[in-house]
Amino acid sequence: MKIAVQDQDFDIAAEIRDLCAGRTDIGAVVTFTGLVRDFQDAGQKIHKMTLEHFPGMAEKQLAAICEAAEQRWPLQGGCVIHRYGPLTPGERIVLVVTLSPHRQAAFEAAEYIMDWLKTNAPFWKKEETTETSHWVDAKDSDSENCKKWQKKP
Amino acid sequence: MEILYFARIREDIGLASEHLALPGSVTDVAGLMDYLQQRGTNYHAAFHNRNIIRIAVNQVHAAPDHPLRDGDEVAFFPPMTGG
Repeated sequence: MKIAVQDQDFDIAAEIRDLCAGRTDIGAVVTFTGLVRDFQDAGQKIHKMTLEHFPGMAEKQLAAICEAAEQRWPLQGGCVIHRYGPLTPGERIVLVVTLSPHRQAAFEAAEYIMDWLKTNAPFWKKEETTETSHWVDAKDSDSENCKKWQKKP
Repeated sequence: MEILYFARIREDIGLASEHLALPGSVTDVAGLMDYLQQRGTNYHAAFHNRNIIRIAVNQVHAAPDHPLRDGDEVAFFPPMTGG
């Protein structure tokens, strides 16, 4: 699977077009796109978000997560693109695309990749409101989401 | 050895990375954190709550009891919040 960690935006349609170019064996394309929200769970408005990452390890971790997904489901490829740097509400943060002959594998693999990415890929969000800036706390629910994958299907 | 700090820990300490000769008394990552924590109030702030510290040795996630050798790259960072 293609892995990219970049500051630039990505084009979802172009990524799908590249992944499927010249192929007629793909039956399902699932995409997940994560966006910058303009509100915190506490209700405060967010004006800006900065994503910090660990260059090198970020790419390695994303590749390892995708490899684990490919061992678990019959995938025909896909991609993970994660951005870093300053972002504003509405901007795209992350793209996961999974390809498979049938939809269930593609849906599940995309969810699996996102669940593991949230807790294991070295990225950190800092949010800015009008008054303050602060590092986003990791959510217990994100770790919980990974537990469901510990059971083999 | 090379030590890297990210996100809140980088800000607490005031450094993104530093070079350090592995102190003779340090054999694992937990020992390195004990050593670093007593170097000043900024290090103390960064390391006093070990529950919210994650570790990578040579860019692979590691536990506090991971053994260390001089030449290792050790990274300290908070729980991850990407995606």
